[in-house]
Amino acid sequence: MPSELSLVVHLLVVITIYGILSIALNLIMGVTGLFNIGHAAFYGIGAYTSALLAKAGVPWFFAMLAGVFLAGFIAFVIGIPTLRLVGDYLAVVTMGLGEIARAVFKNWISLTRGPMGLPGIPHASLLGFKFDTAEKFLLLSVISLLLVYIIAERLLHSPFGRVLKGIREDETAVQALGKNTYRFKMWALIIGSGMAGLAGSLFAHYITFIDPSSFVMWLTFFIFLIIMLGGPGNNLGAIVATVVFVSLREGLRFISLPEWLNPAALQQLLFGVLLIITTIFMPRGFIPERKVTYRRHQGHAEN
Amino acid sequence: MLRIEELTKDFGGLRAVNRCSFEMPEGMIFGLIGPNGSGKTTVFNLITGFLPPTTGRVFFKDQEITSLPSYVIAQRGIARTFQLVRVFHRMTVMENLLMAPKHQAGENLLLGMLRVPRVRRQEQEAIERAMELLAVMGLEDLADEYCGNLSFAEQKMVEMTRALMTDPDLILLDEPASGINPSLVNQILDYIRKLRDEQGKTFLVVEHDMRVIMNLCDRIAVLNYGEKIAEGTPDEVSNAPEVIDAYLGV
Repeated sequence: MPSELSLVVHLLVVITIYGILSIALNLIMGVTGLFNIGHAAFYGIGAYTSALLAKAGVPWFFAMLAGVFLAGFIAFVIGIPTLRLVGDYLAVVTMGLGEIARAVFKNWISLTRGPMGLPGIPHASLLGFKFDTAEKFLLLSVISLLLVYIIAERLLHSPFGRVLKGIREDETAVQALGKNTYRFKMWALIIGSGMAGLAGSLFAHYITFIDPSSFVMWLTFFIFLIIMLGGPGNNLGAIVATVVFVSLREGLRFISLPEWLNPAALQQLLFGVLLIITTIFMPRGFIPERKVTYRRHQGHAEN
Repeated sequence: MLRIEELTKDFGGLRAVNRCSFEMPEGMIFGLIGPNGSGKTTVFNLITGFLPPTTGRVFFKDQEITSLPSYVIAQRGIARTFQLVRVFHRMTVMENLLMAPKHQAGENLLLGMLRVPRVRRQEQEAIERAMELLAVMGLEDLADEYCGNLSFAEQKMVEMTRALMTDPDLILLDEPASGINPSLVNQILDYIRKLRDEQGKTFLVVEHDMRVIMNLCDRIAVLNYGEKIAEGTPDEVSNAPEVIDAYLGV
């Protein structure tokens, strides 16, 4: 049946978009250890920027780039005061940003149409090819996810990524080794937020309608859950956990529940319980961070 | 090599370090001793930029480094260890060491991601240097072990090896012998002397174990309540009446 097939395609598109969000937050939180609660805001900034520019006639690719850069730039502005401080200031400020962004999407009605949302966002197109069906769009979003995954992996396994892991483990010790940790944290936050902006643009031009309800803090917590369960610091774990949880979330909609059971409440309850169980029994997640070994490069075969 | 002038540090109403001055030439092993809470670790933090002094100045290689950011001071050639060891737990011993070399091309975002030949060459050199140092320390079998799985003594050794990997001119050691068994301590002391004799490295050592400090140091300063009460050779210091007073509390 075609309708079932299109459901699967839709699910896969959502998974790729959430996969990008997960890899992005993994870089910021799982690898670098920065507690960023405003991830959904950067996703929203990317979505609205890209959607508004495209509606004004800018080609999708450039509208998307603008969304990515604006998300990255706002991350930079947020980072200036917070990343110099130690502790949880970033968490507080990004939580504030999340709420401010939502308030702006909702109340700047002349620009965003507020709660009524933005309809009629043009489909994504590249070099004259229009991604105007779910199947075609899946191609675009899979390529995007792959690109983001490759960038995140190259970064993680470079000396740059090693410093990011060190900052998560003990920032003071990294400074004692002569590294300007502020610069490293700033790049992690900018790159991760830019990737969230890309996910936002993909979402906007896939659904072709956005409203503020898509960019709420619950989304950040959902992605946070995915990273914790997938294995903080492991990009493959982030993708696997995205597949599991997005499927679970979408799947729950099709299970007929007794009337007294609210599906949204059941979903949140289920995820909460899962988070507690994994934290206790699998604190490193489904696929723990990969251990980097060197001896085999040295030719010390262990026999 | 290192000169501190009239260094003072107040924490609120408490004066942790009071007009402390001393100077150490290149190639010296200088000891800093004193009862608990006498301000030894605070002096370390003032020198390495982890705390700004209230007044006073710090000079390194005849250049003022007072209040520079700690990472800049580290880049100038001062390495340190911490009293309570700071190693990266969820990273292997080798990763800990590879983070240390200064000016790594791969720490540039683009060069690192593209793994240009210069990055790979530097990485290979760092691995070889790390294996050499690990062999000297007797830790080569632990290269691929997570630091969090090591004993306290092993973590201390890794931390000291990591400090050496930065190729420093001056090394500040905060209680290098505490928690390490005596035969290993002797091995470490021999190695410190060897680094001084063969490579001209300079050391500033805080230590509680008197046997270690008297045995190792060329010169010693004694702190009490943040003030320097004596300075001299181990013999001079151990016979100074002020020092005996401070330690015995008479």
